[in-house]
Amino acid sequence: MGQLGTYALLLGLALSGYGAVAAALGAKTDRPVLVESARRTAFGLFATILVVNGAMMIALLRNDFALRYVVENSSRETPAFFRALSLWAADDGSLLLWNLILAGYIAAVALRFRRDRPATFPYALSVLFVVQVFYLILVNGPATPFATMSSRPADGAGPAPLLQNHPLMAVHPPFLYLGFIGFTVPFAFGIASLLAGHGTDEWVSIIRRWTLVVWCFLTIGLLLGALWSYSVLGWGGYWAWDPVENVALLPWLLSTAFLHSVMLQERRGMARLWNIALVIGAFSLMTFGTFLTRGSVLSSVHAFAQTAVGPAYLAFLAVVMLVGFGLLMWRLPTLRTPARLDSAISREAAFVGNNVLLLAAAAIILLGTAFPLVVEAVSGQQITVGGPYFRSAVTPVFLLLLLLAGTAPLLPWRATNRARALRRLRVPAVAAALVMVATALAGVRNVTAVAGFGLAALVFVANGQEVVSGLAIGRRGGRSGIVRTMLRGRRRYAGLVVHVGLAMVAAGITASSTLGQQTEVTLKAGQSTVFAGHVLRYEGLRTDQQPQRIVLSAPVKVNNVGGGGAGTLDPRMNLYPAATEPIGSPSIHRGVVWDLYASVISLQEDGNSATFRFYRNPGVNWLWLGGFVMALGGVAAAWPVRRRHDDDEAPTSVRRTRAPVEVGAV
Amino acid sequence: MRRITRRRGILLGVVAAVVSAVVVLLSTGLGKDPSVVASPLVGRVAPDFTLSQLNGPPMTLSKLRGQVVVVNFWASWCTECHTEQAALDQTWQQFQDSGVVVVGVNFEDTTGDASDYVRTAGVAYPVVEDTDSRTALAYGLRGIPETFIVDKTGRIVDRIIGPVDATKLSSEINEVLLAGAR
Repeated sequence: MGQLGTYALLLGLALSGYGAVAAALGAKTDRPVLVESARRTAFGLFATILVVNGAMMIALLRNDFALRYVVENSSRETPAFFRALSLWAADDGSLLLWNLILAGYIAAVALRFRRDRPATFPYALSVLFVVQVFYLILVNGPATPFATMSSRPADGAGPAPLLQNHPLMAVHPPFLYLGFIGFTVPFAFGIASLLAGHGTDEWVSIIRRWTLVVWCFLTIGLLLGALWSYSVLGWGGYWAWDPVENVALLPWLLSTAFLHSVMLQERRGMARLWNIALVIGAFSLMTFGTFLTRGSVLSSVHAFAQTAVGPAYLAFLAVVMLVGFGLLMWRLPTLRTPARLDSAISREAAFVGNNVLLLAAAAIILLGTAFPLVVEAVSGQQITVGGPYFRSAVTPVFLLLLLLAGTAPLLPWRATNRARALRRLRVPAVAAALVMVATALAGVRNVTAVAGFGLAALVFVANGQEVVSGLAIGRRGGRSGIVRTMLRGRRRYAGLVVHVGLAMVAAGITASSTLGQQTEVTLKAGQSTVFAGHVLRYEGLRTDQQPQRIVLSAPVKVNNVGGGGAGTLDPRMNLYPAATEPIGSPSIHRGVVWDLYASVISLQEDGNSATFRFYRNPGVNWLWLGGFVMALGGVAAAWPVRRRHDDDEAPTSVRRTRAPVEVGAV
Repeated sequence: MRRITRRRGILLGVVAAVVSAVVVLLSTGLGKDPSVVASPLVGRVAPDFTLSQLNGPPMTLSKLRGQVVVVNFWASWCTECHTEQAALDQTWQQFQDSGVVVVGVNFEDTTGDASDYVRTAGVAYPVVEDTDSRTALAYGLRGIPETFIVDKTGRIVDRIIGPVDATKLSSEINEVLLAGAR
């Protein structure tokens, strides 16, 4: 298996090197055959990397302890499910998955443009291959996933305990990778358009949908990460402003900005320079995030062990920024667009505001994340920037963004008919006011909470109202009328749905961050405490010896204060052989409004006494649901729907200038 | 035209300068090992332990006063520990007649696996078992391998995280021996 993997990796490197050269050369010398061969190479590359990952997966499942990676990340006792997950449990293996996803994206691009090829396609393909060359070099040298052991040990260490403690690990990293790596495609087309130097808007319409797909993946990946943090780490929260969480959020903010500002370019021919800068920025931030996480410059829950790949990432980051922003400056004269806003109260103006705010949020987060590095470089002192900075600096920006999301969709393009806009805003504004008054009357004195709920209501009602009125108009045409209306205005309705999801997320974050309660208490077996309307009784320790770990359960009986049982919470501690400290597993009663959450902090007197932390968190489920709705809206916007007249068209491609003639298609 | 070229040159220069600044800043973090933390134990008396030996009578750290002790935490399932095995053996061979003891503390392992490893790898220095991980806790272990150098008075003089290097280890031991002799 080891040899198969090693040779396949070399083959993959050769293939992507060839693809990069052939695509660029074919475009430069106008030889479509070369471009076509590069395009087909993409499929060969994907198959090769698939073999690489398959080899590692088989080695892990069969516990082939001749391989160092298997010894370090699997063991005889590890269940098969977590053995498979070990593929991305450490740096070397996850780089294999990373390469696979990148090769998958290249193959998808190659498939998508098999006929209808924009002029930028060959260059974009070449850029994609170049990025793959970099990531394949990493696993062919600095990182050695298929390194063998000098002597074959009888057993391995098993995956890091935190990674084998919850099945969410199966989905969080792959989705995040799909989101992260996906930024290569918009970046490639952006660079290609700069290389080709057309200064056209063609690339923008090509990558809007790719960016949407990537955005959906990243949204889901971030959401799953938050869900993992909440369900596994046992600290009662879902976002810790950990550097690695932050750097995953940065490209999300930039791509969200792009998905809005792209409409300025599509509709009005504005913001050309801005959009391409956003795409290059998002990819640079993604690379920066990778460097920060894998380059062993900082410690966090996500940091991988010390590896030799740090300098390679840094060099790649430098190349990306130099080439990206260098080309941007080079082509500056062709990218200038007339900057004109017809009215300060128009959709265009709102998009500009949205972009300014999203970038401000990104800048605040980047500053807080990079600040410790700067301080350490200058003074040698180690500091951390914690949650309070991020919360206090970012909250106002996010509140303003909510205000925009609740008003902008009601504004028309160009100049405004103010009276009409105000009329449509009436219901949402009243709803927001009512919610704010109700929140204040309910005894909430936190200004942020009141504003957060009010603005969430504004966004929810304003966007929901638009969807409903669209449905009402469509209903006049019967069931097919609804479908037609929704399909015709698909982008608009999908966007509105994303905003509705955003409103739910905002309400969830506001509620859980301002109205939660928590307590820490030590209970002897049989002893009770009262917390947030519940009587909680510790039932005494139970021990369960499993093959790969020892599970210590500290069940807590939950009764309502007024009487009536509500079940049992079962927080646990897991002892893994390779861990110096026990790994906790919280227990959560999830509810529509309130979550009751328990984790066991420590055990004393052989478990006759236990220290618990209990949380009562409101709105956390709205966050998951809202995030899901956002992703759903994104999928709806990105879903390829063939318009009727497309089918009627002859299957000849739209030939653009210098578009390669199809080979083998006729 | 010339104005465009000049402006372009300036802009490209700005990009290059900003990128270089970012790279320089980020590269400062590369040389450091984020796993190295100053240990509050260095300079203090090493936490004492009495542990059963894999093949021999129980060992007590405080009974080794007057000798330099290299306390090495390891396990048979730890690959990094395999890497440093040769360096520890070499140190043992080189210094065992100069008043230096190497003690392997087996951590989170089974007696069977540990004995198998000791036999096949030819570990010659004494190995004790930290069955309930109490000693590891007392030493504030971050992970294995981890090595502590204890001087003749029983104080910890150094803590090494990760596999040890033979040359570095022997020069440190020499220093400790010299300091003890002064």
